Amino acid sequence: MRRAPLPPDTLDATDRAVLNRLQEGLPITHRPFAEAAESLSLSEAELIDRIARLREIGAITRFGPFYDAEAMGGAFCLCAMEVPPARFEEVVTLVNALPEVAHNYERTHRLNMWFVLACEKPDGVTRAAQRIERETGLKVLCFPKEKEFFIGFRVTA
Amino acid sequence: MNIDATDRRIIAATSGGLPLAPAPFAEVANWLGLSEDEVLARVAAMQAAGVIRRIAVAPNHYALGMVANGMSVWDVDDAQVDLLGPKVGALDFVSHCYRRPRALPGWPYNLFAMLHGSTREEVAAKRETVAALLGPACRGHDILYSTRILKKTGMRLSGEG
Repeated sequence: MRRAPLPPDTLDATDRAVLNRLQEGLPITHRPFAEAAESLSLSEAELIDRIARLREIGAITRFGPFYDAEAMGGAFCLCAMEVPPARFEEVVTLVNALPEVAHNYERTHRLNMWFVLACEKPDGVTRAAQRIERETGLKVLCFPKEKEFFIGFRVTA
Repeated sequence: MNIDATDRRIIAATSGGLPLAPAPFAEVANWLGLSEDEVLARVAAMQAAGVIRRIAVAPNHYALGMVANGMSVWDVDDAQVDLLGPKVGALDFVSHCYRRPRALPGWPYNLFAMLHGSTREEVAAKRETVAALLGPACRGHDILYSTRILKKTGMRLSGEG
């Protein structure tokens, strides 16, 4: 994924309007782009081309359904580990090998590896965390969400 | 909501995204040997049940200039955290805000808020805004910047019940 900002003139006003509008969601219909295009004063084909280009240049990471694993009876859990710097790359490989690891970030803290486990069943979180502990010999701290105060940030492009 | 085998096939087929075509649900239906109407009905039912939050684009914060993203963490009085959490979440630079368990002795923080900005200085100023909002209910705080994305994938489903 692109981590560098795009050059300043990469996005025009229409691109920005598309980015802002399409964070809000598309209707579940036969021609979903046609409806969104109308509110942007674009043709359906122009909107689809814009989205494809935005994806190509890395302004968006994906387009599609945002699934909530918990609503499906699954579970997400944020976990953290204190990984000795000398072992960091080895542990990255071990942790990332688990399909349950959806995101993994290196962070500036004694707890320097933070990852999200996404499992289909609640007991999958515990099993995945235990497996990581066995394979790495390191402790996994689990920070399950107890209460969600806010989710649904929109970036103003 | 009970997700059946057909829903799972739809989820597996779209977890990487929808095709950028005029009738994307018809294409998904075609891949799976279903009718478009059935795919539309199932996707709508999943959205109504909250299994799908929305059908949308995921912007790349970094590409849009928000390159300094800090996970701020706060040790907030248990009696006040549920009152203060929504106020922190309502700040326009906070993308996610959750209450999570402490991991004592090393981790006293029970409120997590992701802060976004274009520089670390900007994010540090936003952290001060949060600190002011929490006031004396907060006993300590820290911020963890991400220095590297080690993995980022959508949720993967095996397709099995």
